[in-house]
Amino acid sequence: MSGPSTYEPKTAFTRWLDKRLPIIRFGYDSFVAYPTPRNLNYWWTFGAILALCLVVQIVSGVVLAMHYVPHVDYAFASVQRIERDVPYGWLIQNMHAVGASMFFLAVYLHMFKGLYYGSYKAPREVLWILGCIIYLLMVATAFLGYSLPWGQMSFWAATVITNLIGALPLVGEGLKNWLMGGFSVDQPTLNRFFSLHYLLPFVIAGVVALHIWALHESGQNNPTGVDVKSKADTVPFTPHATIKDLFAVALFLILFSVFIFYMPDALGHADNFIPANPLQTPPEIVPEWYLLPFYAILRAFDFNIGPIDSKLAGVLAMFASIGILFLLPWLDTSRVRSMRYRPVARQFFLIFVVVCLVLGWCGGQNPANILARSGDFTASLRWVEGGQTTTQDFTAPSEQQFEATAASMRETMAGRGATMTMVSRAGATNATITAVIGGTEQTRNLSAYSVEALEEEIIAAKAEIGAGAPFFVIERNTPMTFTVTNLSQLATLYYFLFFLVILPILGLRETPGRVPDTIAKPVLAKEVA
Amino acid sequence: MLRAFSSAAVAWLALVGVAFAAGEAEHPEDHAFSFDSPLGSYDMAAVQRGFQVYQQVCAACHAMTHLSYRHLGERGGPFSLYMVRNHETGEMEPYIGKPHHGGSFVSPTENPYLRAIASGVTISDIDPSTGQPVDRPGRVSDRFRSPFPNEIAARASNGGAYPVDLSVITKARHYGADYIYALLTGYTGASEGVLYENRYFPGGMIAMAQPLNEGQIAYSDPNTPQTVEQYAADVTHFLQWAADPHMEERKRLGIMVIAFLLALTGLLFLAYKQVWRGESH
Ligand code: HEC
Ligand code: HEM
Repeated sequence: MSGPSTYEPKTAFTRWLDKRLPIIRFGYDSFVAYPTPRNLNYWWTFGAILALCLVVQIVSGVVLAMHYVPHVDYAFASVQRIERDVPYGWLIQNMHAVGASMFFLAVYLHMFKGLYYGSYKAPREVLWILGCIIYLLMVATAFLGYSLPWGQMSFWAATVITNLIGALPLVGEGLKNWLMGGFSVDQPTLNRFFSLHYLLPFVIAGVVALHIWALHESGQNNPTGVDVKSKADTVPFTPHATIKDLFAVALFLILFSVFIFYMPDALGHADNFIPANPLQTPPEIVPEWYLLPFYAILRAFDFNIGPIDSKLAGVLAMFASIGILFLLPWLDTSRVRSMRYRPVARQFFLIFVVVCLVLGWCGGQNPANILARSGDFTASLRWVEGGQTTTQDFTAPSEQQFEATAASMRETMAGRGATMTMVSRAGATNATITAVIGGTEQTRNLSAYSVEALEEEIIAAKAEIGAGAPFFVIERNTPMTFTVTNLSQLATLYYFLFFLVILPILGLRETPGRVPDTIAKPVLAKEVA
Repeated sequence: MLRAFSSAAVAWLALVGVAFAAGEAEHPEDHAFSFDSPLGSYDMAAVQRGFQVYQQVCAACHAMTHLSYRHLGERGGPFSLYMVRNHETGEMEPYIGKPHHGGSFVSPTENPYLRAIASGVTISDIDPSTGQPVDRPGRVSDRFRSPFPNEIAARASNGGAYPVDLSVITKARHYGADYIYALLTGYTGASEGVLYENRYFPGGMIAMAQPLNEGQIAYSDPNTPQTVEQYAADVTHFLQWAADPHMEERKRLGIMVIAFLLALTGLLFLAYKQVWRGESH
């Protein structure tokens, strides 16, 4: 694709160097003469934006690391020192923390672009897989980095995630202890997380180099998905793509700056400004926004699947949701790359995007929250007013016979005219039966929108009736509910169906629209129209 | 018809009981602070009064370990000292806080107001010649004095509850400053042993007795009301400054950076149009 090099060294020195290390030739071929499809839209500017993000993280990170102290007693204070006392430390810290979010925003848009325009299809499979590796490394880096400030969320997210790894069969326990450097998240964990957080960005940089190498071998895809056929289809990278990328980068930097200067903490969690406390679990443990969809997938599995318990199932599904991206080039069977010409696939793709957003939303909610229900939660309270209360202790001959003995005690009481009885168990075999003889039975029906509200009503009703009743018999009815977990389950199902069923089948069955013969053709037609 | 409680139902009830004992607190109302808007800044007089409230009331229980006295006198701090020219007399006069038309900044170590604040505090230290524990007057470079030597001592004096460090408290709570103001003004007067009812504290019962009362702190400015609301607003203003001392600098720099980027974006757009002119795409 790159074709023969057109670089001609002009000076004596560059001719000399070109024979020894053709680095200028390499730069010229890759970033100047490199032929770019002329129809690229703004979705193609995210590559440049991502490169910038990586540089920003590395540069700000190296400066932070000069002041940061990876010690459980000083880490939190050292970040405070950076914010307060290091000259422009507040700026560098904000850049790094907000930068992580911006990096993920850009990478998600970049990945959705690849999905929509079929950039993972031959001959770009390796390019796509390298991208997936970068993404995986980014997730690991961000997770490691998030633990460094050693706030409550840092500590508890690290604890939750390392414990998840421990759920893996065979290797899990060992891997978990190796990661933590002990049996709980502590000083050794922080030390190695810092080391790895410093290392991984440079591994990312290495994989990015491979990613760009692969890109320059296969060439960029474009909105039509049609291969470049002639010079008429392309423009030279410089100045055409360069200037467009710079324009997009500048726009992106404006968004970045709005966050850095005006809402530096908007994307973080308040609890991370509380120093880590291993003895106090925060009321909610949530990851950063960019990992919420995976958190939702993890928690969608609140049931066991055969021998696989729910926790392991969740962990496997979470890893599978990224793993499946690696297989995508072979799962999508369509010969047409761009969804522009796949009207049916496009609808499924749009649903997929919505599903990812829904998963993100679910990840940030309390999984038990009820989104819809068939009716109210109801309870009926029954008690006896007036009447004579008697109690009697009894002992069953054995634990197995307890229920039978209790039942016969109730019979006996009923025989003595009891209107209502209650058995309170005191041990394995002994209990007390309370019975009200005579009096009149009363009923009160309660209803509420949630279990908690119903219980409050029950307590209020009991307090109101008070001593008027020796005891209550309560019957509760739960309506059918649709919770956040149920929504996550549906969304998770679609996420996997999209890759495993929809794309493979659709590619074989759908009738694509008319794909233009060349890139230049529709472009020129638009020009005429 | 005879029925009985099943033991499972009892256990279930016990669980639910735990779950909602946490209770729902009210959302704090939006209180208007001068630093709220993207261009908003600190009201330095309020931050100064707020520091007085902190020193005289809150400091008895709450530490602010990430702050030193010098921070109060650094640029953007409530007690920073500037020498400002008086236009009538032509004399240079000291100005504390944020002068309207600039002035020459005096370093915290040279700032007599700051030194007075610091030396008014007694700091426990080690005597450099004998190595024995000793009490000495504070210095500008000292950290804010902590009322208790450690968490155990703090809990022991507060009925088992821990008075949290207030250095970054407005960042460490949802609703930030609005929550702190609401908490300080949200006492209903009811109490149960060492717990006091507060409408905004999660769970509704807090182990901190109402810290602010009318007329409790004497403000030097006779025009500032000495009410619970005023004290609360002032100390919240101070805590917001303490958590985010570079806010004003940040917002000011932001305007310049964004203005620059907008201009750059405009230029790049024109260049982009120029390059692609005559190139169909
Ligand atoms: C007599 C000691 C005492 C004084 C004085 C005091 N507090 Fe407290 N404060 C406490 C204790 C104890 C707690 C912990 C309460 C709990 O956890 O239930 C607390 C908790 C707090 C909290 C945290 C609430 C939360 O959301 O967790 C804030 C904020 C606070 N105090 C602010 C102040 C301010 C501002 C002042 C000064 C006006 C002040 N306190 C004065 C003892 C005190
Ligand atoms: C792929 C690039 C990177 C990503 C996505 C990333 C992400 C993060 C995140 C999310 C945090 C937590 C910030 C906070 O909540 O305050 C963090 C902290 C940190 N990172 Fe990185 N980082 C990257 C690269 C680097 C590099 C290259 C270094 C050092 C050479 C570095 C050093 C640090 C340090 C010292 C901290 C702790 C200080 C702080 O929290 O402000 N990072 N990183």
